[in-house]
Amino acid sequence: MAETICRSLRDGALEGEHAAALTIKDSITSPFGPVVFNHVLTQLSSFILAGKSQSRGLVLIALTQSPSFYANLFKTNGIEVASSDKWLRVLDCYTDPLGWKDQLAKCGGISNSSTSTAVSSSLCKDVKNLDKLFTLLLELGRGVIGAEKCRFSVAIDSISVMLRHASMVSVAGFLSNLRSHGEISSVFWLLHEDLHESKTSAALEYMSSMLATIEPMTQLANGLIRESTESISFTEQNFDRGKFNTRFKRRNGRVRVVCEEFSVDQSGIKFKSFSSEDAVAQSIVPKLQFNLQLSEKEKNDRAKVVLPFEHQGTGKSIEIYDGRKPLNDEKLGVKPSNAAKVQTNVASGGGEIIYFRDSDDEMPDSDEDPDDDLDI
Amino acid sequence: MERTSNLLDEAMAETPNNSVVLIEDCVETSGAFVLHHLMKRSLSPQSSSLLIFVAFAHPFSHYDRILRKLGCNLVMQKDNKRLLFFDMLMPQRSDEVAGKTGLHALYHKIHKAVEMASLSESNKHIVIMIDDISVMEIAANGCTDDVLDFLHYCHTLTTQFGCLLVVLTHEDIYSVADRATILLQMEYLGDVLVKAEPLPTGLATDVHGQLTVLNKSNCNSLGSSRNKMHNFQFRLKESSAEYFYPGSLS
Repeated sequence: MAETICRSLRDGALEGEHAAALTIKDSITSPFGPVVFNHVLTQLSSFILAGKSQSRGLVLIALTQSPSFYANLFKTNGIEVASSDKWLRVLDCYTDPLGWKDQLAKCGGISNSSTSTAVSSSLCKDVKNLDKLFTLLLELGRGVIGAEKCRFSVAIDSISVMLRHASMVSVAGFLSNLRSHGEISSVFWLLHEDLHESKTSAALEYMSSMLATIEPMTQLANGLIRESTESISFTEQNFDRGKFNTRFKRRNGRVRVVCEEFSVDQSGIKFKSFSSEDAVAQSIVPKLQFNLQLSEKEKNDRAKVVLPFEHQGTGKSIEIYDGRKPLNDEKLGVKPSNAAKVQTNVASGGGEIIYFRDSDDEMPDSDEDPDDDLDI
Repeated sequence: MERTSNLLDEAMAETPNNSVVLIEDCVETSGAFVLHHLMKRSLSPQSSSLLIFVAFAHPFSHYDRILRKLGCNLVMQKDNKRLLFFDMLMPQRSDEVAGKTGLHALYHKIHKAVEMASLSESNKHIVIMIDDISVMEIAANGCTDDVLDFLHYCHTLTTQFGCLLVVLTHEDIYSVADRATILLQMEYLGDVLVKAEPLPTGLATDVHGQLTVLNKSNCNSLGSSRNKMHNFQFRLKESSAEYFYPGSLS
């Protein structure tokens, strides 16, 4: 449901709600989080460029890759970088997150290390201070959308790095400030799940309206890759593909979970609907000359067939004559007669069956061979 | 010279120049020979790269002796300015500027060296090697965050100057419970993972272990994904190592 995710991010915040938020979650057994992140990033960027999205600009907080990497990424995906000034800002927390290079430059050790990249980026030299980061982010966002009354999107390329530099509480505060801000349309971030405690990832999932989990195709029995002899075949199996689970939370609280498969190659990432169940079912039924399956039409026809002793839907109880006098007649004081009208199907409307018994002591059809009319 | 392309070279051939190579080994099977091999390769006459070696585990004399057996004279390379050797075994108090941790100071030294080298055009490619991250952790007084910050800054060098970063670490010194953080962080950071393990079937006299080379970088447009994972066995000899596929030992 990668398409749906991108569409939701494109549509942005609903009226009177927080901004749409997506957590992309991966682990070392299937480390394709960055690939999915880049996919979502390029999709959203092309929506913004085409003017289809609620947001008019994008601010990318780069913590694990350099701005030039993203410039390349956009270029290879056919997105115009030269005019990216109009819609893209990169907040560069990668090049010098702790100000080490800055100090070195001040000591006169190195020349000015600012390299010009194709995308416009501004350097953040103190990642630990999230308040400052937030104001910087808003400045950039306002710079890109201008004075108009519209919104922008925010992408954080690894929340795990942010969590290493700052406490969970401040990161959570940062994110909820982002989501509740009136000028922000959508937010998405990448999380390496296994670097954090489960409560951390749970807290981040609470703050997001969508969750994309990347899992290996097969789980190891003990959950450990170490010291298992199957680890090589496991790695081989999950090397270029995996499972992609998405969870959507609607504002009324409805939750929808969709599973997909993906495969990664040079050209990028490809999603396809999860098909292993069908594959299993097909492989169990061996190839036969007989047709064991029913087509849809055959199934419908079968459902229409009325079984012989099924009540035929008149709403009345149907009496089946078993040779005895009907109980009802005696109760109502009706004179029993030989020529009793035993069974009348009123609802059928048309004809009726009238049956005359010859005598009470004769067993019905006793003198006839019941199989007389069989032509064997 | 008996330098023919071996399986390790083939497996590492697709490694882009500006990537991070993580070598993981364990007590039973040391991965140091991979480091020696890469040292020799980057100092070989065919390449013109500069090697910056940060030694936490062994002194210069140790590497000098080993590399000489492999046919590479480290003293000469040092004189030729192809090798910069940072010996971190001695506590160097004089270098520590007030307010900086040891690793911070070390990064400054490395950065300066890289920048100097990139300014002079003679050295095309720079390789940074760190011989043991686990000892670096000790040097950082067990503060893994400092180590990770240091590695992040080294990573910025790979993107800024196109350096190759090679680090060695041990995977079995981290317990399963807190297996989290540093080892995983490094695995996320690494583009190429080289894993040295003992044979799953047990000890053998003529096979010393197996190597798994995992090439994660998908920005590399060459080669299909099939070539991205290599698994083979090795046998260490006095002056070289042999690499072969399982079962193909003559």
